[in-house]
Amino acid sequence: MSTPWLHPDRVALLENALRQRILILDGGMGTMLQGHQLDEDGFRGDRFAEGRDSAHEHHHDHPGSCDLKGNNDLLTLTKPEIIRGVHEAYLEAGADLVETNTFNSTRISQADYHLEHLAYELNREGARLARAACDAYTAKTPDKPRFVIGVLGPTSRTASLSPDVNDPGFRNVTFEELAANYTESANGLIDGGADVIMVETIFDTLNAKAALFALSELFHQRRARLPVMISGTITDRSGRTLSGQTAEAFYYSVAHARPLTVGLNCALGAADLRPHVQTLSNVADCFISTHPNAGLPNAFGEYDETPEQMASVIGSFARDGLLNLVGGCCGTTPAHIKAIAEAVRHCPPRALPVAKQEAA
Amino acid sequence: MSSIRHTRLSGLEPLVITPDLLFVNVGERTNVTGSAQFKKLIKEDRYEEAVDVARQQVANGAQIIDVNMDEGLIDSEAAMTRYLNLIAAEPDIARVPVMVDSSKWTVIEAGLRCLQGKGIVNSISMKEGEEIFLEHARKVQQYGAAVVVMAFDEQGQADTCERKVEICSRAYALLTTRLDFPPEDIIFDPNIFAIATGIEEHNNYAVDFIEATRELKKRFPASHISGGVSNVSFSFRGNNTVREAIHSVFLYHAIKAGMDMGIVNAGALMIYDDVPEELRERVEDVVLNRRPDATERLLEVAEKFKAKKGEVVVENLAWREKPVRDRLSHALVHGIDQYVEVDTEEARQLSSRPLDVIEGPLMDGMNVVGDLFGAGKMFLPQVVKSARVMKKAVAYLLPYIEEEKLRTGDVGKNNGTIVMATVKGDVHDIGKNIVGVVLRCNNFDVIDLGVMVSAQKILDTAREHNADIIGLSGLITPSLEEMSQVAREMQRQDFQIPLLIGGATTSRAHTALKIEPHYKSPTVWVKDASRAVGVAQSLVSKELIDNFMAKVRAEYAEVRERHRNRGPGKQLVSLEKARGQRFTCDWASYEPPQPNRPGITVFDAYDLAELRRYIDWSPFFNAWELAGRYPAILQDEIVGTQATELFRDAQEMLDRIVKEKWLTARGVIGFWPAAQSGDDTEVYAADGKKLATLHHLRQQVDKPVERPDFSLGDFIAPKEAGKHDWIGGFAVTSGVGIEEHVARFEAAHDDYSSIMLKALADRLAEAFAERMHERVRREFWGYMPDETLDNNALIDEKYCGIRPAPGYPACPDHTEKATLFKLLDATANTSIELTEGFAMYPTAAVSGWYFSHPDSQYFVVGRLTREQVEDYAKRKGWTREEAERWLAPNLDYDPD
Repeated sequence: MSTPWLHPDRVALLENALRQRILILDGGMGTMLQGHQLDEDGFRGDRFAEGRDSAHEHHHDHPGSCDLKGNNDLLTLTKPEIIRGVHEAYLEAGADLVETNTFNSTRISQADYHLEHLAYELNREGARLARAACDAYTAKTPDKPRFVIGVLGPTSRTASLSPDVNDPGFRNVTFEELAANYTESANGLIDGGADVIMVETIFDTLNAKAALFALSELFHQRRARLPVMISGTITDRSGRTLSGQTAEAFYYSVAHARPLTVGLNCALGAADLRPHVQTLSNVADCFISTHPNAGLPNAFGEYDETPEQMASVIGSFARDGLLNLVGGCCGTTPAHIKAIAEAVRHCPPRALPVAKQEAA
Repeated sequence: MSSIRHTRLSGLEPLVITPDLLFVNVGERTNVTGSAQFKKLIKEDRYEEAVDVARQQVANGAQIIDVNMDEGLIDSEAAMTRYLNLIAAEPDIARVPVMVDSSKWTVIEAGLRCLQGKGIVNSISMKEGEEIFLEHARKVQQYGAAVVVMAFDEQGQADTCERKVEICSRAYALLTTRLDFPPEDIIFDPNIFAIATGIEEHNNYAVDFIEATRELKKRFPASHISGGVSNVSFSFRGNNTVREAIHSVFLYHAIKAGMDMGIVNAGALMIYDDVPEELRERVEDVVLNRRPDATERLLEVAEKFKAKKGEVVVENLAWREKPVRDRLSHALVHGIDQYVEVDTEEARQLSSRPLDVIEGPLMDGMNVVGDLFGAGKMFLPQVVKSARVMKKAVAYLLPYIEEEKLRTGDVGKNNGTIVMATVKGDVHDIGKNIVGVVLRCNNFDVIDLGVMVSAQKILDTAREHNADIIGLSGLITPSLEEMSQVAREMQRQDFQIPLLIGGATTSRAHTALKIEPHYKSPTVWVKDASRAVGVAQSLVSKELIDNFMAKVRAEYAEVRERHRNRGPGKQLVSLEKARGQRFTCDWASYEPPQPNRPGITVFDAYDLAELRRYIDWSPFFNAWELAGRYPAILQDEIVGTQATELFRDAQEMLDRIVKEKWLTARGVIGFWPAAQSGDDTEVYAADGKKLATLHHLRQQVDKPVERPDFSLGDFIAPKEAGKHDWIGGFAVTSGVGIEEHVARFEAAHDDYSSIMLKALADRLAEAFAERMHERVRREFWGYMPDETLDNNALIDEKYCGIRPAPGYPACPDHTEKATLFKLLDATANTSIELTEGFAMYPTAAVSGWYFSHPDSQYFVVGRLTREQVEDYAKRKGWTREEAERWLAPNLDYDPD
């Protein structure tokens, strides 16, 4: 690992903070945006009002028939004040790190909206918005530095599963395509000022490996790297990822990236995630993160675990020494984050295994 | 607590290699190079069944599965991707990690791109130097895999303990210091080679591996030691009991020494204690190399254990007890000629006519041979041995048959009559002889006219014998033109029988473009001996010929169509541009080395024992259609046994060639002052008088400016530079005296030995050229007095300077050999003669030029524009048509 840090001082601050306390991640973005009840025009903003991308006159005319509503990442460009507002709400609630609004900002995912050409821009602008919000809060309380997590989502495709039940050998995306996608997105995140990159909501480890491969190549080329966070998703109570791996197998599959953190997020509520977080905590050499959903979705697809309920489960994770970073995913709000921050405030962070050994 | 980290791998589930696992079984059956069955499934696109092989491996206890798709006829990258994607969908297989096994990096990468888990790469090595090794290792790290490092470096594969340890240690140091590669992700493969092969140097291979393992584990406790276990017992192929016993004993000792992973047949591991005591003791002797007669002693008992476990076969000559029919069949399939005359006589007495013996039991036996050969279960050397048995039986019966014929006028029937010849101007016949043998085995009557046969003689013979097929063979490029000539002649004389084309320089494309259009009746290119029978049978069968020819004709038409529609993608550059981009150097500061022994030096009766050490064996195996590189081929799962046997026979014959002086090696070398003049080289006598002009052809490839379009003359200082540069030449042969012995073998109906002798003479001639070049560099020209390269490095052309041969890619014009021979007075000095097609006779001969320039390199002239051909014709004093005839294979255009 001879590649130096791109922002060595930021890394030192972050690592220092991780050794001192459990750091707080932010919560869900989707839930917060739903509150704004934006319609199609709202998502389009001025730039896409004409049914095409007015910033790219000659290139990417956009068929007017395609709805952009639901493309949350696009709001980074069309409603930046709303996104910044969400970041600020979480910072206000006590988050040390905020995640960029770039979960779907890959070429593959944006293709659903015919907006592939925005991949780089969405990431760069997404990182800038989070950067500005974090810097403003860090300026207020310099002893509590805030960090921008540049998010690389899973994309809508899976490299190790066949979408065709009759041909298990078929794939609708290749490792190389994914790596190219992630390279483009990561470039945007880095250029926009992200402090760390998080490959998250990993339901197919091969997708994540493509992302990690892309990052290592990118760092190699840029001759500078950012810390990497990795967060997988256990999709149901079988205790496996969608692509079939156990949490332990998942960690061994991504450990080569020498991540700053590894963890689990999404799909399950905190209680159901607990045994798997425990497994990771047992085997991982790096810091452990988790950002669960607010319970399992109810019949209406809503999450109804209250901030108090969630905070109480997470508090026990922390007391048992499993955690270094914690936050929320689907269904969580600043209220959840505030309650969680409160619950773990007095718990010491999990010590790294090496540190454990040195202490012994 | 120990500070050693455990290796942590994963499929869908984790695999942590802790010491209490003792030994990790890597399943070997999903490997096309190791399992004929698996290869067949992949080749036939039977992937579902191929997936089942992996399932069985895991069910039988494989903790990792090794997947290898290295096969010439398979698109290995696509097969690797498809197979890994398929097993990824099978949770009961995908739970274990995958070992991606290939000697090709691109295949490894294709495999890594399919693995969500953390697998193992098998393998990387320093074979191509440290930089490539590190580059691949870095990629392995990025993909997230552990790696097998083979004990292979720039010098070759390590066979001694010392070399194994040295190479692995160097690799370890590079990986951990230059890349921060985790020690626990490094797995050494210190090479398991076959023991008990009958070759003395192999006896200590198991000990070397075990001792290297012990030392490596001591030095690098976090790393692992692995190997392909079944290699060790290859010489006992066909005797699974003994093989499993060897594996068991070998593993017992290797694991004690620290081997903790191995590629094994997970279903077939014998427990050490279950090895019968008598067998175990002798196996131990072999594995641990405890006594000089260990191999013999194991062989003594091996046969006893051959059948099912516990069932003892007492008599290994049991086949002699069977009825005569079965005995003949057994003798044919196993190539045993010891009893053939006795058995044939017995069969004759039981038959009403002598011909019935041939058409009955002998043909039945040969059909079995043919079927096994066709199914890839027998290999060419075995078939040739079978043919030897057949020929002897037929020779024995012949007088009786003649007698019978005289009495009844019945001549019996065969599959058809084939007239075969090596065309005018060419003298190469090994391939043609092999095809002849194989056809005879299949009951064709083959009339072999030999070498340098004129078109008219071929046609006259065919007419006289009412032949069903004519077969033409040739090795050098001018033969291509001659074949096309024969085809035209056949058309003109109104022949209607099929024409077969074969030989090293022939190709489907050439046949389709240049031969078939001249002859209206069936014209078919035959790739190799194994295809010859199928093609011949299709052509003589009324039922098959129409479909077969429709397919062939469609194929050739398509080749022609493609040729016509060649895109403009590979445009050549103008001669002027190519010349502008010639190789050059700072001639002003270049000091050409002066030869220590200018003029001509003749070598008479060169020591064959010395040349023997310089033999490059890989082409020898290829001549017998056994694919693979020496020495790995001796351990190849598919052809290994045959290759080892063939190699043993070759060594035996070599011993006699050397001891009894069957062959005489003669050579001549010379060095003359020379200067570059345009695209030519002028050669001078000591007094400065011009002796000759050498004509060279120039590449016209569209390359970036920094990469020159080469011509051989570029490597000699130009006249204007005013330097005293030199050129050398050589002609060597090891074939003097061969005819007498070939005739002796042919009289004894022993094609096997006759082909063997020719193949060995060819190898000796190549070895002679190699050895002479080495001495030229060190002594006679002496520009590299301190060079020390081993034979592998020589074979890999690691030396400085080149020795291109006229007729080969850097100087494709065969006629330049005439100039070379004149300068060397080669025919008088070595007795090598040139045919009208500029082939050398004896065929076991090599000639060429020596260039000493440090940047000289081998290159391929490739295709030529009409502009260059015209220019070349002018320089050679030829008409353009003449030039087009001699350069036919290189033309980038269709001449008028």
